[in-house]
Amino acid sequence: MNKARNNPLNMTLMHGALILYTIIALFPVFVILINSLKTRKAIFREPLALPSSDSFSLVGYQTVFKQGDFFLYMQNSLIVTVVSIFLVLLFGAMAAFALSEYRFKGNTLMGLYLALGIMIPIRIGTVAILEMMVATGLVNSLWALILVYTAQGLPLAVFILSEFMRQVSEDLKNAGRIDGLSEYTIFFRLVLPLVRPAMATVAVFNMIPIWNDLWFPLILAPAEEVKTLTLGSQVFIGQFVTDWNAVLSALSMAILPVLILYVIFSRQLIRGITSGAVK
Amino acid sequence: MTALTLTNVNKSFGDVHVLKDINISVEEGEFVVFVGPSGCGKSTLLRVIAGLEDASSGEIRIGDELVNLTPPSKRGIAMVFQSYALYPHLNVEKNMSLALKQEGQSKEVIAERIAKASTMLNLQDYLHRFPSELSGGQRQRVAIGRAIVREPKLFLFDEPLSNLDAALRMNTRIEIANLHRQLSASMIYVTHDQTEAMTLADKIVVLRDGRVEQIGAPMELYNNPANKFVAGFLGSPSMNFLPAGLVTEGDSRTLGIRPEDLRLSDGDGLAAQVSHVEHLGGDTNVIAHAGDHQITARLFGQHAVEAGQGVTLGFAPEKAYYFDEAGARLRG
Ligand SMILES: Nc1ncnc2c1ncn2[C@@H]1O[C@H](COP(=O)(O)OP(=O)(O)O)[C@@H](O)[C@H]1O
Ligand SMILES: [Mg+2]
Repeated sequence: MNKARNNPLNMTLMHGALILYTIIALFPVFVILINSLKTRKAIFREPLALPSSDSFSLVGYQTVFKQGDFFLYMQNSLIVTVVSIFLVLLFGAMAAFALSEYRFKGNTLMGLYLALGIMIPIRIGTVAILEMMVATGLVNSLWALILVYTAQGLPLAVFILSEFMRQVSEDLKNAGRIDGLSEYTIFFRLVLPLVRPAMATVAVFNMIPIWNDLWFPLILAPAEEVKTLTLGSQVFIGQFVTDWNAVLSALSMAILPVLILYVIFSRQLIRGITSGAVK
Repeated sequence: MTALTLTNVNKSFGDVHVLKDINISVEEGEFVVFVGPSGCGKSTLLRVIAGLEDASSGEIRIGDELVNLTPPSKRGIAMVFQSYALYPHLNVEKNMSLALKQEGQSKEVIAERIAKASTMLNLQDYLHRFPSELSGGQRQRVAIGRAIVREPKLFLFDEPLSNLDAALRMNTRIEIANLHRQLSASMIYVTHDQTEAMTLADKIVVLRDGRVEQIGAPMELYNNPANKFVAGFLGSPSMNFLPAGLVTEGDSRTLGIRPEDLRLSDGDGLAAQVSHVEHLGGDTNVIAHAGDHQITARLFGQHAVEAGQGVTLGFAPEKAYYFDEAGARLRG
């Protein structure tokens, strides 16, 4: 490992590969960003050109701010994403703690049941979910989305977190019990801080699909005041004409919040990913 | 008064019967060591006493009180773990004071007890450090300090020295012995190391496969082991076991003789071929073979014995132990 790291040829190749991958991964984002700042004609004439003094235009951004309530959409998306992730982490961690810490009848079975959701896509149940939401009167509310995303995120969260919680020192939890800490205190004060990297991993894995989802907002919450950003951007995509300036501008702005959330979690995420490999 | 009484304690994990009919009593102020090979159930027994595991059956009394249903924090015990188990997010002082805060002790009492414990353990300079900033030995002292401040009726130690290096282990062992003298508290100490058991204990409980093999003072067990397992487990180097037929024609028993009870002899004894010699200055360890049987002799002083040489190893008849095929001691 160290030898490979010190070898300059290996270093060059490694960095070359990583840089190449970064370029490939960032290219679409880059194209969206530059084109969001161009006139419609310039977008189609030369999609890869940088905006020049001729082609520069903020018309897309103007459209986005004029039409539809962009900030409301953004706020809806943020609420749904943040609350869902919070609930996934809270309930996922609690279930994982119970499964890894306590011996009770049906423990294994319960673990399997909770993990089953990893293999079954939640969209299969869309019709039933819609019926339930109608029956409970939650259609066209942010709660509908939050509940669905929480359910969608829980299986993987329980699976990952219970693996990590099994590694938390038994002695440490027992020391807490002898010192008179309640099970809740042991969970929140001793165990959760120690699995923080795993929590960040789960948060990032869940964040992107929730933020980008179009399916459930379209079906469960299409009303104007609860539209998410992804759904809100759809108004610019018509059957016959698409306002590309607006679409690209909306997308550019939609990247920002996830980027910020990602930066918050990423430090922890890196520790989470490497914690198994590098001890 | 007795500090702890275990009556017919059993513990099973599912189908695995880990503790089998344990009966032990610990007197007030006594230092009791549970010793046995790894996996024999020592930690499980300690956890049952602490209340971290429920006994499947049997009674646990601490003082006069039946505590089977009492939660760990209310049993009047404190425990020191092998892995130290310090709270990583709290500094040394807060690690030690947490339990007292949970008990609702006043600030003055907490400050006083922490001052006393940290003086006793030389931790005054480290009170504001975090566990990650301490060496292994210091962490272990903090763990012991955390137990002391609670002023428990019974201390429980689970292999507290096994993560320390050899030099530190000896020092900490002496420290624990001193602590016991100063506090005159009842202590239970679990280890797989017979040296720790012999040096620390007022009373040793030898465990094997979840069963108590023998209970007694160290020298009592050493001089008068109840069976082959106890005889072989205590003492280092451990007792030699040979077919008694090698010495007396037609004897079917197993002969046990401690290495230090063997001596070089001109007359009667076991004829053996020396395969290895360890010259330690004060002692000489001779490893020899009589047929297929390995014999270790520990001779006092320095002896000019060499590998490959033939020797006769003699012993006083009253120093010999005899065991039947099942390992039970045969007397007389
Ligand atoms: N939670 C548990 N579930 C199942 N078996 C266990 C559990 N804890 C301990 N055991 C079993 O009990 C036996 C004794 O373990 P332990 O008390 O840790 O031994 P020791 O401390 O003497 O090395 C071992 O065989 C171990 O596998
Ligand atoms: Mg153990």
